[in-house]
Amino acid sequence: MSGFRHAAGLAAGLAIAASVVLPAGSQTLTMGVGAPVTSIDPHYHQLSPNTAVAEMIFSALTQTDAHARVTPDLAESWRPVSDTVWEFKLRQGVTFHNGSPFTAEDVAFTFERVPKVPNSPSSYAIYTRPITRVEIVDSHTLHLHTAVPYPLMPVDLASVKILDRETHATATTEAFNAGPMAIGTGPFRMVSHRNGDRIEFERNDGYFGARPAWSRVNYRMITNDAARTAALLAGDVDVIDQVPTSDLAKLRNDQRLTLAETTGLRIIFLSFDHIREESSPFVLDNEGKPVPRNPLKDVRVRRALSMAIDRNAITERVMEGAAIPAGQFLPEGSFGYVPGLNPPRADAEAAKRLLAEAGFPQGFRITLHGPNDRYPNDARIIQAIGQMWTRAGVRTAVEAQPWTTFVGRAARQELSAFLIGWGTSSGEASNPLRNLTATFDREKGYGASNRGRYSNPEADRILEQAMRELDDPKREALLQQATRMVMEDVGILPLHIQKNAWALRRGFTMDARSDELTRAQDVRPAAAR
Amino acid sequence: MTAFLLRRLIQAAAVVLVMSLLVFLGVFAVGDPIEILISPEADQFERERAIKALGLDLPLWRQYLVFLGNALRGDLGRSFVFNEPALRLILDRMPATLELAVGATVAALIIGLPLGLYAGLKPNSPLSKGIMATSILGFSLPTFWVGLMLIMVFAVQLGWLPSTGRGETVTILGMRWSFLTRDGIAHLIMPALNLALFKISLVIRLTRAGVRETMLMDYVKFARAKGLSPARVTFVHVFKNILIPVVTVVGLEFGGTIAFSVVTESVFAWPGMGKLIIDSINVLDRPVMVAYLMMIVLLFITINLVVDITYSLLDPRVRLEGKS
Repeated sequence: MSGFRHAAGLAAGLAIAASVVLPAGSQTLTMGVGAPVTSIDPHYHQLSPNTAVAEMIFSALTQTDAHARVTPDLAESWRPVSDTVWEFKLRQGVTFHNGSPFTAEDVAFTFERVPKVPNSPSSYAIYTRPITRVEIVDSHTLHLHTAVPYPLMPVDLASVKILDRETHATATTEAFNAGPMAIGTGPFRMVSHRNGDRIEFERNDGYFGARPAWSRVNYRMITNDAARTAALLAGDVDVIDQVPTSDLAKLRNDQRLTLAETTGLRIIFLSFDHIREESSPFVLDNEGKPVPRNPLKDVRVRRALSMAIDRNAITERVMEGAAIPAGQFLPEGSFGYVPGLNPPRADAEAAKRLLAEAGFPQGFRITLHGPNDRYPNDARIIQAIGQMWTRAGVRTAVEAQPWTTFVGRAARQELSAFLIGWGTSSGEASNPLRNLTATFDREKGYGASNRGRYSNPEADRILEQAMRELDDPKREALLQQATRMVMEDVGILPLHIQKNAWALRRGFTMDARSDELTRAQDVRPAAAR
Repeated sequence: MTAFLLRRLIQAAAVVLVMSLLVFLGVFAVGDPIEILISPEADQFERERAIKALGLDLPLWRQYLVFLGNALRGDLGRSFVFNEPALRLILDRMPATLELAVGATVAALIIGLPLGLYAGLKPNSPLSKGIMATSILGFSLPTFWVGLMLIMVFAVQLGWLPSTGRGETVTILGMRWSFLTRDGIAHLIMPALNLALFKISLVIRLTRAGVRETMLMDYVKFARAKGLSPARVTFVHVFKNILIPVVTVVGLEFGGTIAFSVVTESVFAWPGMGKLIIDSINVLDRPVMVAYLMMIVLLFITINLVVDITYSLLDPRVRLEGKS
């Protein structure tokens, strides 16, 4: 009897295996993505959905893996040959989709084109600008000269997709979108592109890297969350990204589906008004009159506000488990992560004591702003924080606005305290340190997204030292030091780091990427069980 | 007729000019596109370059004059996001929306008119009461909810129809149409029905009210007294007279459907103009927003004109004279 049952189980297992493992080479993958792709030109508009599609068609000298570590792509190896010269050894025998060979000339051409793409609303030139001269040593060796030591070169170049001098000399953005110029060295060729609707790909059999499992890919843009989930449930698409946190539990229990999840690189944090010494626009005393000095400039007040927040309650209940509490920019395992730098334990009483010590025994009133259509559950998070702060004696009003309106106000320093997010696509700590918390400085290009205008000269100094340090362990130690200083000063108030989730039909599996990109080469048929 | 048309054209030009100013100011007030479009990693130098490249460094009045000058030459600007002419982006998406709007309007007339007629002729029958009660649902249920319910029932549970997106297309006159393929029709049914629901109810109610009113008129009584068949009385004498309000409302509704089918298009991921405009608003793609709204202004002016001309064909008493 037991032998029979065993045999039956085995037969059923084989049947499942047979239905899952279809002959390789004849399969189509249909993907439903939540954010529209705006351009096929890889140098026109820096935006995650565009990057995802660009990484299917094109390649760069380097790439980042699912955990944001830099790995070889078109370059096989690289090293600094002096303080201001990086050497890149290129892969031999690579051809573009149209057969044109890939050489060092194409890299030089790409670096020339990047800053010159007309009308670009967000150029990739920030990655090529540190390069002062491109020296072609031989057809497959490059020397990149910089004015000052530049340790981020390999990371930065993962963002710059290489085009072909012969093919793309006069290519316009429109010609990429229309199709004829969408020629790269990547794992897929673009077959057709219907703006805002779908993109179709076929496998590039001449690809130098791992062969993708799909001969054809149908990449559909379904921006409505509920419709995207429905399309997956109806079997019209095989995988969806940006699974709404409210659907996670239901999809997890659905026998027809599996989830692919990973901790992301996007931190959600609060930013404070650091620019005003005197009264801040949305801080009032308990009688409703402006407070003569800006309490947010006092580190004790900022620490109290951080202590008053129960991050676990937010990640467990508001985010339904789709986030981890954060005490610094990046999750564990990232370059520059500081071991042991954890968020403070939630303690409303200790927060009250700290406020009293700072000269606000009766607390004060504040309006906390945030977007309501940008990050998962953004408006609900600031409501929860409002209640927690009020419990600690800071009576908080909450105002959530559409991103389009909110972000302009935040950038003009009109707000006192607001929630915002930051995705560190490069996965290393110099990126948030330079952009979010370094002193706003136009000449150096630092602090461009430092909307609260926090400034810590000592942390700036260490950061600048790190930015010239080519030795990785030394640089990491400096970045850790700067991160610790900013966090102990509560320059920003980190809340949580989001998890990224994809839902797939059973029979499919995927390498969940921490940088949120949804690419067909990361999806495979599940191995037979 | 000529004088009437001429006066209408002058009015239209004035309306377009005023609207262009209002739209421009409104779009300007929403927010700063650079903050939305630019990569957060961009430094100050890169931001300044982008502001200049998109012409946002000029004062508002100069931006408006530049826009106006280009518009007179038929150029409504280039999309910030796609780097393609805004007008072409909109026209590319137009067939998809037209299909949806025409499908919904035809469905509304085919379903709404007979039901409304029946409910008007036999107001006391249980079926009429049922029709009228159901039409309340058509008015009051929110479109996005009905859309999601349609998807859940017909795509997820029953699997009869595809859940979202536009089907296979064929190219005619350089535009892609999906209503000529089987797959295209299958994709069209649910969104068109979803859009039609409100309109069906509207047509039922208008028709019923018109029929009930007209049935009491002297000329109908006279026609019946003359011994004309009920069918002739209904379809020649009554029907033609109730069509005037129906044509007006359906015409304006048609314009509304083309311009504002945003909800249905996003629920069904239908790549039409409504989807384009909502995506453009989300990233503050000003040229597309302005071009779109200008087009809609023109569309409504045209529809009103067509409605006026249709009146004169339906009712010989209406004259399109120049004198008022």
